[in-house]
Amino acid sequence: MTNFIDRRLNSKNKSTVNRQRFIRRYKSQIKKSVEGAINKRGVTDVDNGENITITKKDLSEPIFHQGSGGIKDRVHPGNDQFTTGDRIKRPPEQQGQGSGQGEASDSGEGDDDFVFSISKDEYLNLLFEDLALPNLEQNQLDKMVDYKVVRSGYCAEGVPANIDIVKSLQGSIARRIAMTSSKRKELKALEKQLAIIEQDKHEHVKERKALSTAIKTLKDKISKVPFIDTFDLKFRNYAKQAVPTSKAVMFCLMDVSGSMDQATKDIAKRFYVLLYLFLTRTYKTIDVVYIRHHTQAKEVDEQEFFYSQETGGTIASSALELMIKIIHQRYDAKQWNIYGAQASDGDNWADDSPHCGQLLQKEIMPLSRYFAYIEITQRAHQTLWQQYSQIAAANNHFAMQHIKTVEDIYPVFRELFKKSSEQAA
Amino acid sequence: MEKRKALSDSPDWTFELLEQYQAEIARIAQHYRLDTYTNQIEVITAEQMMDAYASVGMPIGYNHWTFGKKFIKTEQTYKRGQMGLAYEIVINSDPCISYLMEENSMTMQALVMAHACYGHNSFFKGNYLFKSWTDASSIIDYLLFAKKYIADCEHKHGIDEVEACLDACHALMNNGVDRYKRPQKISLEQELERQTAREEYLQSQVNTLWRTLPNTTDNKKRAPNAFPSEPQENLLYFIEKNAPLLKPWQREIVRIVRKVSQYFYPQKQTQVMNEGWACFWHYTILNHMYDEGLVTDQFMLEFLHNHTNVVAQPEYNSPYYSGINPYALGFNMFIDIRRICEHPTEEDKQWFPEIAGSNWLDTLHFAMENFKDESFISQFLSPKLIRDFKLFHIHDDVKENFVEIAAIHNEQGYKLVRETLANQYNLSNLEPNIQVIKANVSGDRSLTLKYTPHKNVSLADSKNEVLKHLYYLWQFEVKLVQENEAGNDEIIAQCPLKKESETKEKASNT
Repeated sequence: MTNFIDRRLNSKNKSTVNRQRFIRRYKSQIKKSVEGAINKRGVTDVDNGENITITKKDLSEPIFHQGSGGIKDRVHPGNDQFTTGDRIKRPPEQQGQGSGQGEASDSGEGDDDFVFSISKDEYLNLLFEDLALPNLEQNQLDKMVDYKVVRSGYCAEGVPANIDIVKSLQGSIARRIAMTSSKRKELKALEKQLAIIEQDKHEHVKERKALSTAIKTLKDKISKVPFIDTFDLKFRNYAKQAVPTSKAVMFCLMDVSGSMDQATKDIAKRFYVLLYLFLTRTYKTIDVVYIRHHTQAKEVDEQEFFYSQETGGTIASSALELMIKIIHQRYDAKQWNIYGAQASDGDNWADDSPHCGQLLQKEIMPLSRYFAYIEITQRAHQTLWQQYSQIAAANNHFAMQHIKTVEDIYPVFRELFKKSSEQAA
Repeated sequence: MEKRKALSDSPDWTFELLEQYQAEIARIAQHYRLDTYTNQIEVITAEQMMDAYASVGMPIGYNHWTFGKKFIKTEQTYKRGQMGLAYEIVINSDPCISYLMEENSMTMQALVMAHACYGHNSFFKGNYLFKSWTDASSIIDYLLFAKKYIADCEHKHGIDEVEACLDACHALMNNGVDRYKRPQKISLEQELERQTAREEYLQSQVNTLWRTLPNTTDNKKRAPNAFPSEPQENLLYFIEKNAPLLKPWQREIVRIVRKVSQYFYPQKQTQVMNEGWACFWHYTILNHMYDEGLVTDQFMLEFLHNHTNVVAQPEYNSPYYSGINPYALGFNMFIDIRRICEHPTEEDKQWFPEIAGSNWLDTLHFAMENFKDESFISQFLSPKLIRDFKLFHIHDDVKENFVEIAAIHNEQGYKLVRETLANQYNLSNLEPNIQVIKANVSGDRSLTLKYTPHKNVSLADSKNEVLKHLYYLWQFEVKLVQENEAGNDEIIAQCPLKKESETKEKASNT
């Protein structure tokens, strides 16, 4: 007696829970690995998960087992040269030994790492755990600009195209039942009387005639109740509902003047990657606009943005002006959530800095959701930093941070976007 | 033998074809007197196979991160192509569940059915260890209960608490089996019956005269009872029954892990036999089908290709060598037993007078039913097989700066090689011998374990970590001792470490 069962259609993710348990347990190690991995990514490369590395030592589950020393007797196959009594010099420590002595190998020594992949969502969740977009809540409510038409019940008036037939006919039936029920009751009673009379042996001509007339009148009355009435009509009702827009645009502004070397640009790039990843968690569609500038600003693609070298002086306001121009042309602030991220080594033509401050304060800050400025330099701050400090004081959706080395990026990013205590409350 | 129309050997299998092959295999298995549980054959995908892998052969497993880790590991190596999945997994249950992978060709499915559904299945039903230690009909229900119970505990006490408890139990899992004690064969009803009989007998012996004797005050003089009265090898059992502060749900979890461990113990003890038996039968059954003309040459070539891979034994100096392949050893031993029965040589008659020339099927069934790896090898490994495998014995004493070839495949060496190989499968030599020798129940409640080394092999460093887990369960000081050369017990590991323990005790006193 044998049964065949086709289980192929059963769910295949029986191990999901256990996998999550595993991730839960090793969260701290995994997080460390995730933070290290962020430095190796392209800006918009978010469709992939990430490989996670945990040292095997952390994962070992200890059991009692035999260790070294003592006398070990083993049998091996394939003797090709030995005879009884042969003595073989013991191989130097850590070599040989292992083969055939399976139980000794589990001690978790060696830096054999345990590598596995996590999905995109798991990756992002770990990366941005307990980070929030600043000011998001308060801004969202008064800037809800997208409308969505949603169904909202029924109403008695409307255009013919919106008539709901089922609801209308239900109304019609109800109305007809309500308007005729007393008459039907009467009719039933009369018909019963008539039937009794007809079965009687005597003839009741007079009564029968009277009854027939009464029945006929009632039937006429019932049939006069209209099948459908304007009263019955029900129309589908629609309402406009405001929804927060799910579109965002991210402006990446970078100084590419001679003073910015490739290392500095790499640091900036990593910051943009983080910001982009972070935004993808909140918005469905994200446009990225790359603006690079030296004395003039130019909109470029990602490759050129990060890897082409230019020389020349620095006028930061040119990039801000271009950004404003692009916003007006393509990204209506009512429909787009605008984010700006500017990276620079702090060098700027001294006379230009006040102008930058003004542009930001008057034009950009009112339009944008958040603007972050990072300064990547080992030196002292210059005029741009001082100007921006004033803006930061006046606007709470402006943030600025100073980055010295690659290692600073993630902490700085967390600093910028950490959930503030007020928001948490 | 009459030739019959061959079954289709198309690479793609269908359920109709599976049924046809299954029916033929069942008929032939019957012919060879293979007694099996009802088969439940489940077709699954590769992903589901990985799930099955991760749950280490439990069809229904409770949730724990270690299974997640195993799953990730399997998935990783499988996806990189470092490892193929096994063709089948079979579970010792009634009905006997075997998994066939969707990807297998028809030939492979036939091989797997013969191997798992008739080979392993009959082994589970016939071997004495499985008979006395596992209850195939109730394991699924028990696992279901365990999963639900642990899920409920997580709900009530939080995932972390339950996880810590399971971690601790897993660390001691190998020490949670009864190695020497025999299970009780009698059922509960019989037990109750006996109990009443005993009671009646005692009642009939009551002599009220004895009551007039004054009470002796000897009790105080007696030395304080040592507890446990005899050393206990089953640490989990001891904890379940005696740990002072465990909560009832924790005791139940200890019990669950212990039961699962005990359920798998016979499989550990019969690896060579179990796989050898299954390989022998898929080989014999499919050859029988070929002789009857049921399968084609093409089928046989594919089958033999896979079969040879499975039972290959790389030599000691091959890069693929990783110890003796249990499939190869087991398969060849069963084939050899058949040879000894059917065509015994002079040597065989000398070595195996009781089986040489006997009915091979009877002998094979006898061997399957009454042995475990260790005794099977020491009983049935023939000189011919030792020569075929060119087995040699290395004696490795850490005190010497050389290793010695103690025996090879020659007249003088056969017995020693056979004995050593048999010992190599003796779990009581492989797994460290650790027993509870003292639980100071009336004093500081400390627990003392004793490690008795086998041939002076020391205990690996993981002992400290394991003791931490034991401490979690026992919740009072835990010591691990080993007898030193002077004959005194010496502490080799301890948890918590001394200083901490003092402060802890103070804290618990206040």
